[in-house]
Amino acid sequence: MTGRTPQQGFDPRRRRFLSAAAAAAGVTLAPGVTFYGVTAAGSAAARAPEDPVTSSVRWGLLVDVNKCREGCNACVTACVEENGLRGNGRPETDAQWIRKVELRDPSTGAKRSLPLMCQHCASPPCVDVCPTGASFKRADGIVLVDKHICIGCRYCMLACPYKARSFIHEVVEDQKPYAPRGKGTVESCTFCVHRVDEGRTPACVEACAEAGGDAMTFGDLNDPDSRISKQVAAYVTDQIRPDLGLDPGVRYRNL
Amino acid sequence: MCRRLVLALLLLLAPAAAAAQDGDAGRVPLPTIVKGKGEACVADTDYMRRNHMTELDHQRDETMHRGVRTRKFSLKECVACHATPAATGGYASINAPGQFCRSCHDYAAVTIDCFQCHAARPGEADTKRAGAFSRTAGELRQESEVQ
Repeated sequence: MTGRTPQQGFDPRRRRFLSAAAAAAGVTLAPGVTFYGVTAAGSAAARAPEDPVTSSVRWGLLVDVNKCREGCNACVTACVEENGLRGNGRPETDAQWIRKVELRDPSTGAKRSLPLMCQHCASPPCVDVCPTGASFKRADGIVLVDKHICIGCRYCMLACPYKARSFIHEVVEDQKPYAPRGKGTVESCTFCVHRVDEGRTPACVEACAEAGGDAMTFGDLNDPDSRISKQVAAYVTDQIRPDLGLDPGVRYRNL
Repeated sequence: MCRRLVLALLLLLAPAAAAAQDGDAGRVPLPTIVKGKGEACVADTDYMRRNHMTELDHQRDETMHRGVRTRKFSLKECVACHATPAATGGYASINAPGQFCRSCHDYAAVTIDCFQCHAARPGEADTKRAGAFSRTAGELRQESEVQ
């Protein structure tokens, strides 16, 4: 899990250069008067409800594992509360969108604790294998399941190397109005898409900051001025299983 | 002659009238339409009765795949506006017998799949602004003037 990730196909530096060049070009209104458009890329609050998402934004999450405390479960609790993931007391089959993973190096005894959820890959294998097109990636990089067309075949669950998806085995009642869930479909972390569309951050990120951990940073990886982009540029960060070439949107620091 | 004709007509019609009365008693009762909050629905009632499913279907794809979150034809807004407070506190499920969605769907014998996944009760934030998106009296007047 160490080592830098090879960029596959897509090079964000090239895109930044191109967009900077386009912005610098501007529009010449009159001799000596140039209009430089104001770009709102990266600011979700700037998107009006009637505007569709665009690929100018790529949502990402950075987890600083040094700040993630062993035994702290704030992110998991917040996710369960936010999305109404009340289980049936059967951990084998209950839905799990985010979980805490404890790692231990047997040769040194060093321990690591980190949250693991859908990694929102740029090339998601769950989307590749879905026979109905229910599993899809939104233009802004969030990987979702359209439960209207999910037939519950669970092929995506087999394809996901992060074990991020859950199948709903039992009837669900009293769902949250913004997080519909139902029996016979597959679901996973949505990056709290309903909150992101309102310009807010996911529930886990907010809970982590409130619990004093501040281990999670959410933001636009395409915006060079966002906090996450600056951190990713300044420090060595890891993607889990970079060898698979999926380019996850979730990155880990100090892993 | 005339009297005989009237008598014959009455004899002919009497069983038909009785049958009609019996039929009404045995039929599915007409739906009770629960009035939503605000002045009027987001579109005319006739239009909504015939086309609400098409609009909801379209909106669902727009929201799910393109992240468009307009509220006009959002199912969440339908529930927030048309759900009625329950006697036990909170709101009654809009999918419960006699409630807004169910009462018409029962009459038309069409099952509703929406609420297998979607919440049938409004959330707190939704009830606060419920009706805010319905048309106001002023807007209705303007529309009728245009027509």
